[in-house]
Amino acid sequence: MNFAELELLRATAKESIKLRLGEEPSDNFKYHVLVCGGTGCLSIGCQNTLDAFQKAVDSHGLQDSVKVVVTGCMGTCEMGPVITVFPEGYYYCRVQPEDAEEIVSSHLKNGKFVERLCYHAADGSVQARKSDMTFFKKQKRNALRNCGLISQTSLEEYIAMDGYKALAKVLQGMSPQQVVDEVKKSGLRGRGGAGFPTGVKWQFVLDQQADQKYIVCNGDEGDPGAFMDRSVLEDDPYSVIEAMTIGGYAVGASKGFAYIRLEYPRAIDHYNKALCRAREVGLLGNNILGTDFSFDIEIRVGAGAFVCGEETALLASIEGRRGEPRPRPPFPAVSGLFAKPTVINNVESWANICPIIINGGDWYASMGTEKSKGTKVFTLAGKITNTGLVEIPLGLTLREMVEDIGGGVPDGKAFKAAQTGGPSGGCIPAAYLDTPIDYENLAALGSIVGSGGMIIVDEGTCMVDLAKFYLGFTQDESCGKCTPCRIGTKRMLEILERITKGLGKEGDLELLVELANSIKASALCGLGQTAPNPILSTLRYFKDEFEAHIKDKNCPAGVCKMPRKGLKS
Amino acid sequence: MGAECKCNCDQEKKLDALFAQYKGNSNGLIVVMAAIQEVHGYLPKDFLVKTAEELGVPLSDVYGVATFYAAFSLRPRGRHCVNLCLGTACYVKGAPDVQTILEQEMGIKAGNTTEDRRFSLDLVRCLGACGIAPVLTVNGEVYPRMTAEKVNEILAKYE
Amino acid sequence: MATVTLTIDNVKLEVEQGTSILDAAKQIGINIPTLCYMKEINAIGACRICVVEVQGARALQAACVTPVTEGMVVKTNSAAVRASRKMTLELIQSNHPQECNTCLRNNNCELQALSEAMRLTEIRFVRPAQSHSKDDIDNSSPSIVRDPRKCILCRRCVAVCEKVQGVKCISAVNRGFETIVAPPFDQGLNDVNCAMCGQCSLVCPTGAITEVDDTGKVWRALDDPSKHVLVQTAPAVRVAIAEEFGMEPGTVSTGKLVAALRRLGFDSVMDTDFTADLTIIEEGNEFIKRVTEGGVLPMITSCSPGWIKYIEMYYPDLLAHLSTCKSPQQMFGALAKTFYAEKKAIDPASIYSVSIMPCTAKKFEAQRDELTDSGYQDVDVVLTTRELARMLREIGIDWESLPDEDYDAPMGLSTGAAVIFGATGGVMEAAVRTVYEVITKEAMPDINLTPVRGMEGIKEATLKVGDLEVKVAVAHTLGNARKLLDKIRAGEADYHFIEIMCCPGGCIGGGGQPIPTNLDIRLKRIAGTYKADEDLPIRKSHENPAITAIYEEFLGQPLGEKSHKLLHTHYVPRGVYRKPEGLPDKVPSGDHH
Repeated sequence: MNFAELELLRATAKESIKLRLGEEPSDNFKYHVLVCGGTGCLSIGCQNTLDAFQKAVDSHGLQDSVKVVVTGCMGTCEMGPVITVFPEGYYYCRVQPEDAEEIVSSHLKNGKFVERLCYHAADGSVQARKSDMTFFKKQKRNALRNCGLISQTSLEEYIAMDGYKALAKVLQGMSPQQVVDEVKKSGLRGRGGAGFPTGVKWQFVLDQQADQKYIVCNGDEGDPGAFMDRSVLEDDPYSVIEAMTIGGYAVGASKGFAYIRLEYPRAIDHYNKALCRAREVGLLGNNILGTDFSFDIEIRVGAGAFVCGEETALLASIEGRRGEPRPRPPFPAVSGLFAKPTVINNVESWANICPIIINGGDWYASMGTEKSKGTKVFTLAGKITNTGLVEIPLGLTLREMVEDIGGGVPDGKAFKAAQTGGPSGGCIPAAYLDTPIDYENLAALGSIVGSGGMIIVDEGTCMVDLAKFYLGFTQDESCGKCTPCRIGTKRMLEILERITKGLGKEGDLELLVELANSIKASALCGLGQTAPNPILSTLRYFKDEFEAHIKDKNCPAGVCKMPRKGLKS
Repeated sequence: MGAECKCNCDQEKKLDALFAQYKGNSNGLIVVMAAIQEVHGYLPKDFLVKTAEELGVPLSDVYGVATFYAAFSLRPRGRHCVNLCLGTACYVKGAPDVQTILEQEMGIKAGNTTEDRRFSLDLVRCLGACGIAPVLTVNGEVYPRMTAEKVNEILAKYE
Repeated sequence: MATVTLTIDNVKLEVEQGTSILDAAKQIGINIPTLCYMKEINAIGACRICVVEVQGARALQAACVTPVTEGMVVKTNSAAVRASRKMTLELIQSNHPQECNTCLRNNNCELQALSEAMRLTEIRFVRPAQSHSKDDIDNSSPSIVRDPRKCILCRRCVAVCEKVQGVKCISAVNRGFETIVAPPFDQGLNDVNCAMCGQCSLVCPTGAITEVDDTGKVWRALDDPSKHVLVQTAPAVRVAIAEEFGMEPGTVSTGKLVAALRRLGFDSVMDTDFTADLTIIEEGNEFIKRVTEGGVLPMITSCSPGWIKYIEMYYPDLLAHLSTCKSPQQMFGALAKTFYAEKKAIDPASIYSVSIMPCTAKKFEAQRDELTDSGYQDVDVVLTTRELARMLREIGIDWESLPDEDYDAPMGLSTGAAVIFGATGGVMEAAVRTVYEVITKEAMPDINLTPVRGMEGIKEATLKVGDLEVKVAVAHTLGNARKLLDKIRAGEADYHFIEIMCCPGGCIGGGGQPIPTNLDIRLKRIAGTYKADEDLPIRKSHENPAITAIYEEFLGQPLGEKSHKLLHTHYVPRGVYRKPEGLPDKVPSGDHH
């Protein structure tokens, strides 16, 4: 494929999805019915819904005017199976196979939408179309731009949505330095957790003299409660492939590796299919788009170790070794994969690259806050009405996130805290609900943006138990290389286990804090250095809960099994 | 994943091809081991010795890698792999109770295989299906919104 | 050379670019404590004891792996640094058996010394879980004991096994708190591709890897009046044992060593150096025979048992290159229960033969099945230098006031050529001194073969011996040995004669030597070795009158029938992980017994 052929394909492909974009289509289709095929919906039976739908469409003889498309995750995982009907964008939730007939006969045949299947807000109001839904209204989707809108592995639909426009632009007239400058200008910061400026990283690698450089995509998404990378890889794999190709051009690398965790078989499958297709049409491999630029990507499947999300551990794993982090410097930009200069970015970071190239760094930087530019994907989960994937401009307040997008805490319970950043992060109590979400603010509160996991907990959650959960996680996932993490997290966990069994004693909290601060300061890698965060932040806001466990042998939330009062053990 | 070795000759050929591809190249260690695990359901010692010899990696390193990654098993697995997600969302929504019942019903602790090799039970880290927490998978099939009450009914489906 | 300027503890200094904070701090008189770090071999920043505060850095930095940068401001002793180091130490100790008094490394343990220096007074954790138990102790090997309870995961042993010896029979196993350094598949060291060299035991900062302690066996023999207990001492022991008593490394203390052994009650104190001279005669003649009669070349020395096990495992196809000479220890052992027994009219069954060696692999060698040519196990027990020192401390030896005493006849007299067996290149030099004169029948103009001396990994020399240009090579460490063997396998080695020693620096750096053994100490022991050579009246093996005597009285001819039976041996192709196919059971396959 060359540039002209790409544009020709785009023109044709665009015609077929115009209807979804609110434009007048030139074909005969009146409706596009998009069935969410994300992992959430898939596991609650969207396949049956899809089959029923197809059948109903056929039986009504609508196959020429109604197009049924399986897409990736639309974001509202709690409401699956989900269906969107274009051109209007009506949004049907929890659509069972038996609902298909009604939607077809009422909506697709007679133009009357089915109100009972639409989203009902907490106040009982109906938000029928996507554009009516508070869940979507406050979002701005860059990384997730195609998720839920196009068929997951369709190159044509990807191209129709401006796919490969960025790569064409780059190859047709941007120097590597110009590409790097654009990314720098965007202010994009690493979306995997550390938040290091992506453009700066690229510049380091561009500046290195080396016979070989590498591009790596970190798809070892492991934070419990974070699944945005899976969604991007499953639902929009080409966006990552195109971005990595651009990265290769920008820094002078001809080879890339996508490291995807084993627990995401569909992501591996979709990404692999997309790789093959891209290679087949000349968008990957030798002489991409007829130019003299060549680049290819290999998938490496993670073998089940959380620590491999740490970049040096991930590189060790690609090299076939134990995923143990090593000290930096040297940074991967200088000596990375196979000791060559390496750009390593997280999936979500990659997913932002193409829009930045197409619209310019300034455009991206116009979103977000002073130091935290652009948009960030969060996974909203736990005790929240609307569980799902959410992409917001940084700077939105936590309250908007929880109450407007998330629809509040269900079952009339009270919001207690938002846990952000997974096992490396911390909790934010109700008093800070009006904090604008960005890297700096969350750090100041003792938490982090991290990879974007956001777990909402209500009054029924014991914060000591939650802290113990996170610590148990990191302790279990510690690689065992450095002392503070290997033994320190074990000792912290032992103390917390005693406390939650009613065996806490005076001095435990002081020792816990001393230990936590020491581990934070002295551990070798990010996993160890951030492992104490959930403890420290919980102690900061919920110290009274710890004290109730230790002094009164009482779990205020009623979660921990305490020795019964009045009984001597 | 988790299926018993069916002595599939094609798969053996695939392994041989991988051995050839990575001859003398330690970088292929995890790729080769993953393939062995896929074909045999676990990592038989003879194959790890062969891996060490073919790739030129010390056997101690092969073993070090095998014991580092959760995906690798040095013992044969059960006929059915039961994975309970213990991600945060699943945890706060009651996965620990499901774990208790699963362990009770199978008579094993998580991370083990029943004596009759019917089930292997593992706790896994966030499957990314937080919207339908707590999540259980059996041989890859997903069971959403798990409760302790559903356990028996689900296990009964797998002989 | 580019330099950078930085500030450490308020002192401004200029150091070479690329210097670590650890090394830079040394220049202002600060020794930052370390555990996992080992210069040029292990810099992994794992233990986190050497952390320092670097201005502007989010977390503390490990001084061993952090290079200095221009304008860097470092604090090596801030409150945060001290608190962190102490906590890290407390954590290590919380997973370490508190049994220092009964540990082999008591009073010579880096962890213990550090805990003392940091005044660690208490371990505050309540019943802390222990990652490993007594059941995990590996007693399988005749040479080395592993006690995983005491392992602090510094991985110095792994690094030395991998980077110096090229073996790596142990590696990090498991993950997280359960991580341990171990051989694969829960096997013992005896069951895997361990060369038994014991370098791991030299670098272990604690008592997690030690020599097998055989002192009890020796005490029992000494206490048994029915036993005639004799002892031999290896060349490298005499330049190292004094370190155990606070003397300078390299101090030559042959006479004191003899006296000390007599104090222990040995019935006869003789010298492995005698059989080192004998080795030169046998090996020299074997070499001449191979050169003149077209035998397998290059011929390779066979004194170092770690090396022998290594070639049997990794290069079984090249075993025919090995000299068939037994090591001096085993020649001595075979002669002790034949020649010596005959001469002294002692029933060989009552002889208990002890050897004092710088080496853990010698323990393995002594119990090899084939080394029983006297009709008994030729050497009954091997003690390392460290174990001997332990026995001497037990009886309260005051090293400095010991007199110098002489070895007993008939296997006590030796030459400078034998002494230098202890240093890398020494066997080659000793062999050349003899081969030259046997072939040319002329005195060698300069008997100091300096090109093969010193710590360089592989050394070469070419010398003219009569009409023959003899090309020799010397390698020490198995890593360097591998390079030469690969050359031989590829048919690219045009050497006639190769000396290989298993340990860095040769036997003076052996796995049974005093701890610490490092480069500086190795160099001093080597210097001591050559000084001992120069100080001896006879410096060529063939001029040793005791050697002439044993041929006249007992052996007959070099390579003769008796020599063949008692002084030569065969080797066993072992393979690395399994027995190699298509090779005979032993090499040479022709039986000589």
